[in-house]
Amino acid sequence: MTRPTVMNPAEPRSNQTIMLKVLLACSPGAVALFWHFGWGIFINVCLCAICALCCEAAALRLRNRPVSLHLRDGSALLTAVLLGLALPPLLPWWIVLTGCVFAIIFGKQLYGGLGNNPFNPGMVGYAALIVCFPEHMSRWIFPSDLLYEGTAHPGLWDALMTVLTGYEGVDGITGATPLDIVRQNSGLMINQLYDSNSVFNRGHWAGVGWEWVNLGFLTGGIFLLYARIFTWHAPIAMLGSLTAMSLFFWDSGSSASLGSPIFHLFSGATMMGAFFIVTDPVSSATSRRGRIIYGVLIGTLVFAIRSWGDYPDALAFAVLLANCVAPTIDRFSMRQPFGRADTSEPNTSKEEC
Amino acid sequence: MNSSSLISLARNGLWHSNPSLVRLLGLSPLLAITTTVVQALGLGLASFAVIMGTNISIAILRTRLTRALHVPALLVIIATLVTCTELLMQAFAYSLYHLLGIFIPLIATNCIVWDRAETFANRSSVSLAAYDGLVTGTGFISLLLLVGAVREILGRGTLFAGMELLFGEPATSWLCHPFGTSFEMPLFALPPGGFIVIGLLIALKNTLDTRTLKNSSYNPPTATAENNLARTTDKID
Repeated sequence: MTRPTVMNPAEPRSNQTIMLKVLLACSPGAVALFWHFGWGIFINVCLCAICALCCEAAALRLRNRPVSLHLRDGSALLTAVLLGLALPPLLPWWIVLTGCVFAIIFGKQLYGGLGNNPFNPGMVGYAALIVCFPEHMSRWIFPSDLLYEGTAHPGLWDALMTVLTGYEGVDGITGATPLDIVRQNSGLMINQLYDSNSVFNRGHWAGVGWEWVNLGFLTGGIFLLYARIFTWHAPIAMLGSLTAMSLFFWDSGSSASLGSPIFHLFSGATMMGAFFIVTDPVSSATSRRGRIIYGVLIGTLVFAIRSWGDYPDALAFAVLLANCVAPTIDRFSMRQPFGRADTSEPNTSKEEC
Repeated sequence: MNSSSLISLARNGLWHSNPSLVRLLGLSPLLAITTTVVQALGLGLASFAVIMGTNISIAILRTRLTRALHVPALLVIIATLVTCTELLMQAFAYSLYHLLGIFIPLIATNCIVWDRAETFANRSSVSLAAYDGLVTGTGFISLLLLVGAVREILGRGTLFAGMELLFGEPATSWLCHPFGTSFEMPLFALPPGGFIVIGLLIALKNTLDTRTLKNSSYNPPTATAENNLARTTDKID
């Protein structure tokens, strides 16, 4: 089958520079996560990076591919960093390792490596983990602003020990995320909920901590747009459809409301997903029209799974479901090259190659 | 039939043309039921009995059946044997029968049964057909058990849970927890886990084959017009 490609607007660039720029663009969001959730995030990212690079090297070696060449393109590192930022802090090390194995080996290398994976590897890892270890994966620690007087997030050493030995000395600092609170709300108007719950009344426009994390990823995403790493179509379509869905079900803040648009835009993994996951050039749709459809689909699914599902966040499942239909979207949204005569039956000749 | 062809028949049934590993027949019970060893064993024994019974009956009747009667006769024979197996399970392993549910009646549609009867038993002697049923059934059971064990250990963190359904009370003590009592990865108890495990096993088999066949004089069967073998996961030229 031929894969359609999109002309890149700027000069040709190597995979490595693109990956490095994306990694750089992750940093505001990563710093915000680190600021609010402590060393656990740092350990997650480092552990993911080590595990993912080892998995990638092992898989490449088994497949008789040049190891250092493919390791240096940075795609495994990027997958690892994104997965590490998405995982809740202070997970036991073997869960992180399992996630990396699923992401790199099952999500990417078994399909033939970079460029051939139909699913976003990081999201494969995340989804596998949330199906395998739902308890661990829904346990987010409180952002530092909400900790009780006298308690703090564990320091680097304590956090490392918690991750490596599974010592459960950090209970009492975990709690519901803003998404959990709104989903489990029954009977309170959104205003009352915001007033009564410290997750919201100490925040500025959405949940404490999460608003800054999402703002950080938004900043990084805008930098990437400016650097022309990807086009605006998929992220804007995703954020737009999420806004539209949440406006539709906002219900002016009644007790049945599913949350305001600003709440959905700045909660959970929305911005990270919109600018770092949805824009994955390999697993997303490729034409511009296709990317808009793809983004709209993800935004709608994110809202639906968040509001009516049981999982802590919806991005991984939404992206994987949209990945499934991306080839179909491509097939029906590709424009005919100028001068090609027959437009009634697209692609019949080349499709069977 | 001489002993070398008996050995090659066994090799094919157990390994080179393993019904589940190479020809991917009977995949739906294999993936749906093998979440524990006891379910895998229950379904495997039931399928084994049906394969053996069908092979023997078809070999006995083969000279009396015209070509047009093959399929109706096969249908009646398999349906009878499956019903017998079902009744036997109800009598002796009732709770296991409930666990396996629809997959016991579904043995009637299992492609392995049909394949062996149509391609082998209807042109061979009774003893040879029985031998082929034994070999094919063993190949199927061993794969069921292997997948069942891997998925039970990973998916539920146990091994030999519920064996008392098949072997009576003493088997309760066979239960063990290889990775401690709190370990489980439910993904492997779900259908995707089944696909992952069987895929990895096929990869392992192909790796072993490429390593060993380089140095061996044995030629595994390849699909030709005469032997009519369906080979799904083998090397495709």
